[in-house]
Amino acid sequence: MRALRILSRNIRDAFKNVFRNFSLSLASISCITITLIVVALAILLSENVNNFAKLVEKDVTIVVFLNREVTEEQIDDIHDNIEVLENVESITFQDKMSISKDMMESSEVFKNILGNYDRTENPIQDTFLVKVKEIEKIRKTADQIKEMEHVNIVKYGEGMVEQLVSMFNVVKKISIFMVLALIVVTAFLISNTIKITIFSRKREIEIMRLVGASNLNIKIPFLFEGLFLGIFGSIIPILGTIYGYTALYNNFNGQLFSPFIQLLKPEPFIYIISAILLGIGILVGMFGSSRAVKKHLKI
Amino acid sequence: MDLIRMKDVNKRYKNGVAAIYDLNLKIEKGDFVFIIGSTGCGKSTLIKMLYREEKPTSGKIIVGGIDVAKLRSRKVYKLRRKLGVVFQDFKLLNRSTVYENVAFALEIFGAPKSEIHSKVKKVLELVGLKHKAKNYPTELSGGEQQRVAIARAIVNGPKLLICDEPTGNLDENTSLEIMAVLEAINQMGTTIIMVTHDTDIVNRLKKRVILLDSGRIVKDYQKGTYNHESIKNFK
Repeated sequence: MRALRILSRNIRDAFKNVFRNFSLSLASISCITITLIVVALAILLSENVNNFAKLVEKDVTIVVFLNREVTEEQIDDIHDNIEVLENVESITFQDKMSISKDMMESSEVFKNILGNYDRTENPIQDTFLVKVKEIEKIRKTADQIKEMEHVNIVKYGEGMVEQLVSMFNVVKKISIFMVLALIVVTAFLISNTIKITIFSRKREIEIMRLVGASNLNIKIPFLFEGLFLGIFGSIIPILGTIYGYTALYNNFNGQLFSPFIQLLKPEPFIYIISAILLGIGILVGMFGSSRAVKKHLKI
Repeated sequence: MDLIRMKDVNKRYKNGVAAIYDLNLKIEKGDFVFIIGSTGCGKSTLIKMLYREEKPTSGKIIVGGIDVAKLRSRKVYKLRRKLGVVFQDFKLLNRSTVYENVAFALEIFGAPKSEIHSKVKKVLELVGLKHKAKNYPTELSGGEQQRVAIARAIVNGPKLLICDEPTGNLDENTSLEIMAVLEAINQMGTTIIMVTHDTDIVNRLKKRVILLDSGRIVKDYQKGTYNHESIKNFK
């Protein structure tokens, strides 16, 4: 009961103090707001790049051309052998007759060339389309398939895929680093802003100590104040994310410049980001406050 | 019974300045003690050690059963809750009302609202400021502000009230008003230690007077006055 009373008083006082020291609170709040906007942009950007990377990776396929004289039993064997490979996500067989049929349907030229061949004469090869789980290991998987009997050629866009993978990895790493760096910078920036705020309230802390407030007694209201500053500071970035990103998404119909670059759907993405922003705001607000008030607790 | 016991207390500041030498002092429960002396004689250091704003370099200080010299910074609040301190500059929260300033000292313990209300009302009545409960300190006169500070210091019912030149900023009449309040508090059983420069007040009250000079107690008079012959010699 007593603890509850102290807690509710602390929350009430913290809330009051945010408004009593409004100009300084505003400084802390704007500081949180601005950095959270940058954090939000960084997360939006990096998540969309990741999403794009994933989509591209999903499209990457290993095409396995089989020898022309391969029998149906052998095809089944190869299918089984590929399927058991660790990195294989899915495998689709394309019969050479159906391929040539598709080709003939697609163009008059192909129709003239391929029209007269029966199954044994058909120059087209039976193929497997193999999708992989991890694109980083595509080369190894392709090599394993190449070793198999009756497999003629294995293609997966060598070179291009590797470059793409390494590029996406770099982008991913940079964006994670940027977000982390921003969070750390924000925390210290806010801590310094709050330090200035608290410095002006040195007297208050001195009086608290004088009338018998323990260190915890002094610290808790400031922690709650930091929490409120964090909440207030994250309002604009959160609204900006929710409405801004939705507007952007709708405006471009979910694609950026070309259908090739798909934007992430706003829901639940924007809510996750909002929660992250609120969390960061609260944490840095509280961390900043506690760091700033600590200095005044020593006797 | 002794409320305060100081034994062989020395205080030397970090910059090498020595403020207190081999000080021995006993103050009994219910006493009213003036500490006087010229500027820089160690008066402030002496009382700062009593509420553990300063730590003695050596020696023993017991206040209300607490070994102050051994008290760790984190535990200082335990001592502070047993005593009240009043300063020359009042040290009030200007953004809080008179009521809030006094209630502040109770709220940090998590006292129930009804208890806070009745205690604050009682002390504000005692210092004669019940009608100003909703005013802010800046709207009050110096004497009134000091009475708020006294109310805050005694609202917990401390055994000891330490006053560091409480009348230093006030005119004569206001000073006398403050002294009347302090005497009333003393009569209710609270021990009061007051540092002052005010000759008039010391002479009027005829309480125990301790004269400090260069960090040493040179005179200790029961029912003393400031104009006492021997005190004069040290001025």
